[in-house]
Amino acid sequence: MPFLTAIPWEMIAWAIGKAVFVIFLVVLPMVSYTVYAERRVSAAIQDRVGPNRTGFPTTLLGFKKDMQLFLGGLGQPIADAVKFILKEDFTPGGVKQFYFWLAPCLAMLPLVSLAFVPFGSSFLGEKMVIADVNVSVLGVFAVTGVGVYAIVLAGWASNSKYPFLGGIRSTSQMIAYELSMGMSIIPVLMAQQTMQMSHIVQNQAENGWTLLPLWGHGLSLQSWLLLIPFGISFIIFTISVFAETNRLPFDLPESETELVAGYHTEYSSMKFALFFLGEYTAMIVGSSLIVVFFLGGWSLPFIPDGQGHATPFFQSIFGGLYEMLPNWFWGLVNITVFFGKVAAVLVFFIWVRWTLPRFRFDQLMRIGWLYLFEIALVNIFITAAILAFAGK
Amino acid sequence: MAYVVPRPELTLKEKAYLPSIISGLKITFGHFKKMLQGKTKVTMQYPEEKWDAELPEYYRGAPTLVKDDHDRERCVACQLCEFICPPRAITITPEEIPAGERFEKVEKRPAEFKIDMIRCIYCGMCEEVCPEQAIYLRKDYAITGITRAEMVHDKKKLYELGGVFKGLIHKWNPEK
Repeated sequence: MPFLTAIPWEMIAWAIGKAVFVIFLVVLPMVSYTVYAERRVSAAIQDRVGPNRTGFPTTLLGFKKDMQLFLGGLGQPIADAVKFILKEDFTPGGVKQFYFWLAPCLAMLPLVSLAFVPFGSSFLGEKMVIADVNVSVLGVFAVTGVGVYAIVLAGWASNSKYPFLGGIRSTSQMIAYELSMGMSIIPVLMAQQTMQMSHIVQNQAENGWTLLPLWGHGLSLQSWLLLIPFGISFIIFTISVFAETNRLPFDLPESETELVAGYHTEYSSMKFALFFLGEYTAMIVGSSLIVVFFLGGWSLPFIPDGQGHATPFFQSIFGGLYEMLPNWFWGLVNITVFFGKVAAVLVFFIWVRWTLPRFRFDQLMRIGWLYLFEIALVNIFITAAILAFAGK
Repeated sequence: MAYVVPRPELTLKEKAYLPSIISGLKITFGHFKKMLQGKTKVTMQYPEEKWDAELPEYYRGAPTLVKDDHDRERCVACQLCEFICPPRAITITPEEIPAGERFEKVEKRPAEFKIDMIRCIYCGMCEEVCPEQAIYLRKDYAITGITRAEMVHDKKKLYELGGVFKGLIHKWNPEK
């Protein structure tokens, strides 16, 4: 194939390596352990204990006891996976076969949008983002937008009333919140003047995080004034992410009390598991977007990037220390910082889920269309005014 | 007559909803923190922690047979417990005590005494009805087995669980 020979093989190898690293070594384990964290945190919030028994199954290898690490139950995701695989995969009669099978596949689609997310600064001179395109923000929104098809198709193909209602709810909810989500991010893009996520993070590393402009150009009247619209953006964006991922205050598509289980009522075994994992993958994507746009991505002020450059203040103090350790080490630290921040946001997601009751559907629509959308719209004009009149 | 329920007037703070979310988050975080610090103690981790010490005197666990001070089995195979047992869990095969044995005078004893623990409902009627006070409900509650046959307690097992019960039978006790 001639077009492949035009691409240097190192590039292909890096792309595959990064994709494998992100998806198989980080995100999928993260998904399964988010489920575990959800169960443990919810248990603690409700004064229960949660799954603390399942160890790593070393008994299968002939040991006397299962291995228990730190707190018990860390083997729970493995047991869950085995359970899902061994369960009967039942396809009810009367479903629309093709779409019934297609829907769970689409549910895992949010995984693709991780390709655009910069999960680290640079490692051995290679930028730590799988697809560093200049419209990556658009790309992410385009891919997550397709995620709604999974739910809609599942609801429709199931040929059953509760999934169908869940699908309808999901559609209207996603449309309502997709808009305010896109709108709320515009002020950040206006201030950063780029749509490339790696540049947005780089800017934040140099000039202060969107919500914490404490160094570089961030120490100016304009950045401090911009905190007002950014704060509003942050709140709207976070709420929209909750709605987009069908998390609890907005989990109407699968509200158990009303719709049995919503759109995945008719699904069993691994097909159900894909919906379940898809929801958590979407959560990880949502949290990484929050981290990238508002919380400075992979940057921490006192930790240098993959080239060994930190913020000037800490550079002047720890400069020697940074050079003592190799740059690839700092690259790895950046990756860890990024996923650490994502994990923190995920815990916040879980925390909110076990705090708030579900909204009524009309409340949900009113919040989305009457408040968030308008506030996000006005927010853009406020940002524009600040950018135009409060000079640097 | 129709009457109007006035809707509560919400203040701006209440309408904004975010402050109440934050106070809610504080409450749940409080529970979370207490749980992590180990201040909340609700769950008993069963096989490791047990409730045995707090079991009341009158606890009705597994029914068992007892022997008296002279190592005589108290049961005289009258079969009253077998007849009263609501789920019919008890099966007794009586036999005559052969002449020349130490307790020949008692005349009768169970050759086999079986309690099906799958059927037993721990009602305690057998204990109540027994004229010889030979059957007692003890505090064993974790009766498990892999097969049905294993769950049928035979005479040997019942005496093993019951052991020796000292003192007079209440029937013969002048103080009672």
